[in-house]
Amino acid sequence: MATPSAAVPQASSIPKRRFGGDEVAYGITLLFSLSILAITVLLVYELWQHSALTRDKFGLGFIGSKLWNPVTSQFGALPFIYGTVITSILALLISVPLGVGAAIYLSELATSKVSNTLTFLVELLAAVPSVIFGLLAIFTVIPLMRDYIEPAIQSIAGFLPLFSGRIGAGAGYLTAGAILAIMTFPYIISVSREALMAVPREQREAALALGATKWESTWDAVLPFARLGIMGSVFLALARALGETMAVTMVIGNDRVIHTSLFAPGYTIAAVIANEFAEAEGNMHLSALIELGLVLFALTMVINGLAQLLIIVTTKKGSAKG
Amino acid sequence: MTSRNSRRNTVNNVMLTLCGICVFVTVSTLFVILAYLIYNGGKSVNLDFFTKLPQPPGQLGGGMANAIVGSAEIVLLATMIGLPIGFFAGIYLAEFGNKTMQFLIRYTADLLNGIPSIVIGIFAWTVIVVRTHHFSALAGGVALSLMLIPITARSTEQFLLEVPRSLREGALALGANKWRTIATVIVPAAGKGIMTGMILGVARISGETAPLLFTSLNNQFWSTGLSEPTASLPVMIYNDAIAPYDDLHRQAWAAGLVLLGLVLLANIAARMVISRGTSLPR
Amino acid sequence: MAMNQPQPTSMTSEPSQTPAPQAVTPKMRASNVSFYYGKFRALHDISLEFATNKVTALIGPSGCGKSTFLRNLNRINETLRDTRIEGEITLDGQNILDKDVTEIRRRIGMVFQRPNPFPKSIFENIIYGPRINGMLRRRQSAAELVEKSLRRAALWDEVKDKLHDSAYALSGGQQQRLCIARALAVDPEVLLLDEPCSALDPIATAKIEDLLVTIKEQCTIVIVTHNMQQAARVADTTGFFLLGKLIEHDKTDVIFKNPSKKETEDYITGRFG
Repeated sequence: MATPSAAVPQASSIPKRRFGGDEVAYGITLLFSLSILAITVLLVYELWQHSALTRDKFGLGFIGSKLWNPVTSQFGALPFIYGTVITSILALLISVPLGVGAAIYLSELATSKVSNTLTFLVELLAAVPSVIFGLLAIFTVIPLMRDYIEPAIQSIAGFLPLFSGRIGAGAGYLTAGAILAIMTFPYIISVSREALMAVPREQREAALALGATKWESTWDAVLPFARLGIMGSVFLALARALGETMAVTMVIGNDRVIHTSLFAPGYTIAAVIANEFAEAEGNMHLSALIELGLVLFALTMVINGLAQLLIIVTTKKGSAKG
Repeated sequence: MTSRNSRRNTVNNVMLTLCGICVFVTVSTLFVILAYLIYNGGKSVNLDFFTKLPQPPGQLGGGMANAIVGSAEIVLLATMIGLPIGFFAGIYLAEFGNKTMQFLIRYTADLLNGIPSIVIGIFAWTVIVVRTHHFSALAGGVALSLMLIPITARSTEQFLLEVPRSLREGALALGANKWRTIATVIVPAAGKGIMTGMILGVARISGETAPLLFTSLNNQFWSTGLSEPTASLPVMIYNDAIAPYDDLHRQAWAAGLVLLGLVLLANIAARMVISRGTSLPR
Repeated sequence: MAMNQPQPTSMTSEPSQTPAPQAVTPKMRASNVSFYYGKFRALHDISLEFATNKVTALIGPSGCGKSTFLRNLNRINETLRDTRIEGEITLDGQNILDKDVTEIRRRIGMVFQRPNPFPKSIFENIIYGPRINGMLRRRQSAAELVEKSLRRAALWDEVKDKLHDSAYALSGGQQQRLCIARALAVDPEVLLLDEPCSALDPIATAKIEDLLVTIKEQCTIVIVTHNMQQAARVADTTGFFLLGKLIEHDKTDVIFKNPSKKETEDYITGRFG
């Protein structure tokens, strides 16, 4: 054994860790992260503050009141809440069957190359700016609705109050719902497809081994297993539809009254804010619009929260047990 | 084959075909949109579009030069504010922080992400327009940055988390301290992903209209500096589309084609660079 | 059930009676079966017979093709992409590759390596097969059918009070017996088991091995196992697979005590695998 050299560093000659580096990095990143918190808190605060006028004056009655008249300072949110909810429900009624059907095809039938390419194309839909949907809707969907689709529906189902109104210019709840449906396709398809692909192969094979056809095994074994994830996609789509502004504003017809007929023009929360904010008459009007914004914020927060929860539950457990 | 089985097989074929039809319908909407824009917009996109100011309705010619420049200004401003904040917040989420802070920040970032863009517009209005007493490109830029921050933060975080443990440990074992490891090893390793995440975020906000409606408003002419109402492509499209003049409609189509072209190109380029599961903002 | 000694099966008919009038056709027969995953040939010219109401075990080291072969017997391998099969597989003399696949799969049932009950109640799991195959309209009511299947799988006493609870509330061994009951509910003529006990503890394993003895009275059983002792315990005949080929198939007794191929002997004595 060679004698140990005398080059073993003494404790005191190892340089002390330099102060700075890590602490600074920590500080900077923490600061910027906290700013996200600060922004959100500030946002809620500002919305709350600036809606004080109408909140104090109308209280909870704001939500239930039907009258919106800036001139006489009467403000009620009901027509807009109604329009927002109706158009979103219509959108889901159209896009969920179509979207889940497409997701089934992409997950169960298509080869992975075809599936990935088609999914990519569908996800590109989500990148299309909302104002472009609106642009298209005005010049293509509205005439289509007015001249073909709505008369056709009315001739078949005109006895129902939903379809019995005057078909006017083609702008209205139904048209807005249809546009929203197209805008929500990507969310339903993408998330549902992932939920379906996460169903273990053994579930499909269990059904097939009992003599089920491919459709039977998909409907009876795969879909129930993926139901939480699919529900998550529906909530995600709902949240998107509720807050959608431009495309809806351009086709809803901007009428502040509640109509039962789906062909009639209406209004949504986002649309009325978009139309009236820049030229609002007086602080009361502004406060009412901002209170509407608060309502929309609360609504989307709840729905988004549910969506995240469902998606987390499925990705963690990877199944729909029980 | 029994009649029951042949019925089941028919149901099987019908339902699976219906699913195929669903895919066809949903995918074709993208192509229908493109087709209409190319057809209607292609007719009106010319050099004038990029170089001239809008003309009053009834006069031919004119373009959207101010809107193009205005959009560029506003988006650039949003990028300069939003990207660094989002980037560093993403680093915090991935590399530092304890469980509670992480949960809190992630939750608020996702919350912010999910807020309808018009509400973000209201917020920017209360914070800037009210205080400065005029509409401005600054307000618009801030509004858009508020949308860019959570997108960037979450996507940066995701890509950083995907860097394998072995890379980090390799650097640390060589004696690098934490920030050096992050700056010289981890961030570059995740670099491609982070950049594409940023590109996608910027593409997304450049198409947004609602937050600009009452922050940067609009402008038929050039705006000087950041504290004036400024034209932007999305708002111009909106105004022209709902106006009752055919000339303006033509301009809207042209602008729509340009805007969509840019956004789609950015998305496709980003997706080519990274082919991961999904690029949808969640 | 003795855990060590394989039970020798008698292949001779009763001495003083006349032998069975016609030759005994095997329940299932594979003839020159080859199977491809894309370009890769996973099975080479397998020919094998499965005698009626007997248990055949398929053994061999990992990756030898025994599971692949089993999964072709009920054509479930068809659901994988880019696969191809050559040769013939007959059930009662008729080639199953030509027939309606859903009917084939009702007659040839399968139990998988890991229990895979549906996310439904125990009752719903069992009734699923009969329901889609239209078997419920006959004399038996649903409740009777469920009880009968659960008894055959030796699970009735343990779950009779909680038929409408979720299947996932059961233990692993119970879930696997539920899967056996589910497979039996459609009254299959053949039951394929793909390493059914590999995810289970010894006690659960023993219960299932006991089951097979009773089930084989109404069913022909083929079981893939990587556990040689299990094959020795339950099987009448055993086939040894290696690298996609069937090396040897004979009475279990013969395979384990006096194999004719060297590869078989090497595997049995633990030289590899």
